Amino acid sequence: MEKEFKMKKWIVAAAALAVGVGLLTASASAAKLKACWLYVGPVGDGGYTYQHDLGRKEVEKELGDKVETKYLENVAEGPDAERAIERFAREGCKIVFTTSFGFMDATIKVAKKYPKVFFEHATGYKQAKNVATYNARFYEGRYVMGEIAAKMSKTGVAGYIVSFPIPEVVMGINSFMLGAQSVNPNFKVKIVWVNSWYDPGKESDAAKVLFGQGADIMVQHTDSTAPLQIAQEQGKLGFGQSSDMIKFAPKAQLTANTDSWGGYYVQEVKKVLAGTWKSQDTWGGMAQGMVVLSPFTNMPDAVKAMAEKSVADIKAGTLLPFAGPITKQDGTVVGEKGKSLSDKDLNSMNWYVKGIDDKLPQ
Amino acid sequence: MRLLLEKRSEHSHTMVYLSPVIAIGLTLVTGAIIFAFDGLNPLEALYVYFLEPLKYLWTFAPDDLWSLEQLAVKAAPLALIGAGLSVSYLANVWNIGAEGQLTAGAIFGSAIPVMFPEWQSPLTLVLMLVFGVLGGMAWASIPAFLKNRFGASEILTSLMLVYVAGLLLDWLVRGPWRDPGGHNFPQTIAFSDWQLLPSFDGTLHIGTLFAVIAAAALTVLMGRSLKGFEIRVLGASPRAGRFAGFSRKGAVWFCFMLSGGLAGLAGISEVMSTVGQLQPSISPGYGFTAIIVAFLGRLNPIGALVAALALAISYLGGEAAQVSLQISDKIAKVFQGILLFYILACDSMILYRPRLIFNRAPAAVPAE
Repeated sequence: MEKEFKMKKWIVAAAALAVGVGLLTASASAAKLKACWLYVGPVGDGGYTYQHDLGRKEVEKELGDKVETKYLENVAEGPDAERAIERFAREGCKIVFTTSFGFMDATIKVAKKYPKVFFEHATGYKQAKNVATYNARFYEGRYVMGEIAAKMSKTGVAGYIVSFPIPEVVMGINSFMLGAQSVNPNFKVKIVWVNSWYDPGKESDAAKVLFGQGADIMVQHTDSTAPLQIAQEQGKLGFGQSSDMIKFAPKAQLTANTDSWGGYYVQEVKKVLAGTWKSQDTWGGMAQGMVVLSPFTNMPDAVKAMAEKSVADIKAGTLLPFAGPITKQDGTVVGEKGKSLSDKDLNSMNWYVKGIDDKLPQ
Repeated sequence: MRLLLEKRSEHSHTMVYLSPVIAIGLTLVTGAIIFAFDGLNPLEALYVYFLEPLKYLWTFAPDDLWSLEQLAVKAAPLALIGAGLSVSYLANVWNIGAEGQLTAGAIFGSAIPVMFPEWQSPLTLVLMLVFGVLGGMAWASIPAFLKNRFGASEILTSLMLVYVAGLLLDWLVRGPWRDPGGHNFPQTIAFSDWQLLPSFDGTLHIGTLFAVIAAAALTVLMGRSLKGFEIRVLGASPRAGRFAGFSRKGAVWFCFMLSGGLAGLAGISEVMSTVGQLQPSISPGYGFTAIIVAFLGRLNPIGALVAALALAISYLGGEAAQVSLQISDKIAKVFQGILLFYILACDSMILYRPRLIFNRAPAAVPAE
């Protein structure tokens, strides 16, 4: 009797265990979270989109079989964006990252229709209950690049290839110039607008023109590797953009201002898994690991040491790229001594600092 | 041994309509082989690519309606432009610049909300559409005029004007028409209310109806009116047309105005629905894809409607395949290319007979 009871107990326990395991595995596969990314360029662009995709892969690696990731590449900002985002929502994506500014209105529209899906829009300024925004303080890296440029340039002139006159880009130019002027107050920056994020042909033409006008260091706020390759060809120097481009210009790249989204993406997806996701506006910099300067190369040790110190100071918050007072191109002065301009001022920046050889397109 | 193409003395009439069907079949087979090489189950891949968007047709599940509506929305501009081009090409008027006329239509129509953002009335909507059509016509009138006055090749002039229109749009959205509150991004203000096409349920908008109406109207025009007869005669035999008293110059004007106007309508409809504002790129090349549509649809307006749906599937299926099967976005372009290749190949087979000529040397040795 006793034995029989024990036997029964075992059977019940085994059955319970079996059911439990079954339920667990079932719920595990059902709970696999779908995280989805929308890209404006091809994942192989070697720059902006490539970096976002590295972030997606990090999520896959870090969270393993808890997540399933999907992406759509090369989606034009415009007629196709809204449909692509809605497709994600319909496919069961729980969190959707839309990684280009031009996806902003489409993201907001779809988010209204799918209140249970979380959306994160990069570099935009419109939020909603289920739409968060995120961006990185790229200007921090550009300040250090400016310092390096001023040290390394023989002519004291840098060429700067830029895409669109939006605050993000203007902020980068100014930060670079402030960094350069901290080393050489007479430093000059020449600018060419190519009106595109990715156009290797136009970018390389612009690089040739700028080198021809006496610049000997190339900076870019466009995504292709072309300008750096021209610098390499002509024996000049330059900086990589978004992604470490050292493979394309081993003798020319000083460092690259790289975007590192992986940490942020992992954190946000984890929040969704834990049920703690909330809409917010994230603007992280070097301290948060969102902006990383790739290894300093092609420069003397003294310059390298200076750059490394600046990076450490920016991380510590003792070096503020936009600390006042700053003299604008028109001669007016903004900012208080020792205090950075506010985020609001930065995000609506539409003026140049003194010394930039260009008129800002208005 | 060599391959020779011989002109056929007679063309099979059924083959003219069968050829696109064969081409689509061959494309599917080729696609299946490519998918198989990629390590995918070809049947599943073809299902995701070509059939899933149409699922509503046999499931009737309200949830599946979305794909079908997206398909109609994507096909609408292609069908509109394709119908106009069909008529043009029948008359041997080679308007290659529909993309430019589309852009011009979008610009003309958008002038109203950009200059009078506060003006909201049903008339706004109507005027925007009318301006869109006029814009397309105005842009198309340039190659028509150059053709008739100077005999300039309309293929070149209409194509070149595509780039001019594109640059004009680019300049406008970066310069005078830029949204003052848009953080310097190259785009106009977002249109609203009567500046947008009404939609049935958020996705399907009345622009899709324009495509159906245009196809029906042009079918009647081509089949039942003197104008249609005139165009077909002038296309088939310009000399016969001249003897019949039909004006070649008149036909050039008519075709350009028709195809340009429809392209302009497609342009403004896109801006007033899926895009919602002017920006540097408003069309993923609809004006060029519509050339494939016109030929796939056998230069028949109703055919163009069907062909537009087929090409819309190739776009949307590419997107679905990317999400479900994780394959590259290039696959859609590969499919469109393969399809065009097979259509041209099949059409050549209608006009020509392939013959393998074997080396006749051995047979030619005379037995002495």
